[in-house]
Amino acid sequence: MRELSLHLLDIAENGIRAGADRVAIRVEESSAGDRLTLCVEDNGSGLPEDKIARIDDPFVTTRTTRRVGLGLSLLAAASRRCEGDIRVESIRGKGTRITAAFRRSHIDRAPLGDVVATMEALVLGNPHIDFCYTHRVDGEEFVMDTHDLKKELGGLSLSDPLVWRRIAEAMRRALGALASGSAPSLPLEDADA
Amino acid sequence: MPELTLEDLKRIKEKTAAAMALRLGHPRATITVHLGDCGISAGARDVMQALLGEVAEYRRPDVQVLAADCMGNCASEPNVTVWVEGSEPVVYQKMDRDKIKEVFRRHLLEGEVLREHVLGR
Repeated sequence: MRELSLHLLDIAENGIRAGADRVAIRVEESSAGDRLTLCVEDNGSGLPEDKIARIDDPFVTTRTTRRVGLGLSLLAAASRRCEGDIRVESIRGKGTRITAAFRRSHIDRAPLGDVVATMEALVLGNPHIDFCYTHRVDGEEFVMDTHDLKKELGGLSLSDPLVWRRIAEAMRRALGALASGSAPSLPLEDADA
Repeated sequence: MPELTLEDLKRIKEKTAAAMALRLGHPRATITVHLGDCGISAGARDVMQALLGEVAEYRRPDVQVLAADCMGNCASEPNVTVWVEGSEPVVYQKMDRDKIKEVFRRHLLEGEVLREHVLGR
């Protein structure tokens, strides 16, 4: 996939199909360690052990609509291509945690890409699921937890595109500040002000 | 630490309250974007983004956009299923940003099925 954020979308959707009602996505970047780590954790039904042992095999899948399961094997290949590795931890009935690490500066590492678009597809496409997105760059952290947002928004629906548009704008500004290393003074400025 | 503050959320609530008052009781149409790995690789996230942009642009909160798994027709991804109240669902194939906007405007807003993009017509 051309962006790592597309892998995040794919792996998170897998968790939802496994019956999760909460998915946590973490992105961690370390300049000193030259590492970029993606982690997707869900509370779904978990992966069978025989499937975990064969995550590199694109012909292994839990789905019934077709006989190939490309997503996890693509992520495994992407991380290993970049001096990284993938770890799959799963407990039946409890959930799954998938962690993929990359050498951040590796020439073959795909860009992280548009994580806001990924969160948009997840949050709006799955209105009954809670998502927590955490992005850490050299110790600075951004957190968006839809469980908390839904409570704060009261009667408004977070999955309404009109509401989400403003959340996404704020998220883009915060992530931009995080990437540039200049943590903004908050509250975030209103784009329409 | 960058975060969404309570003040941000209050402002969002105030600004969207008026538009939300127009919301109808239940969705009159549901558009499902199939977000399997095949769909995502073929551009389904872009399709969803463009579609959500249209829903917001045309102020149509009665149109629900949902994500779903692969339908098994990987060769025709990105696939999108459009259901409008009172009609049979229609599956569109090989969508992209421009095509889904056309589907939204002509099928959702004007009621015309775009036969040239329908899967298995």
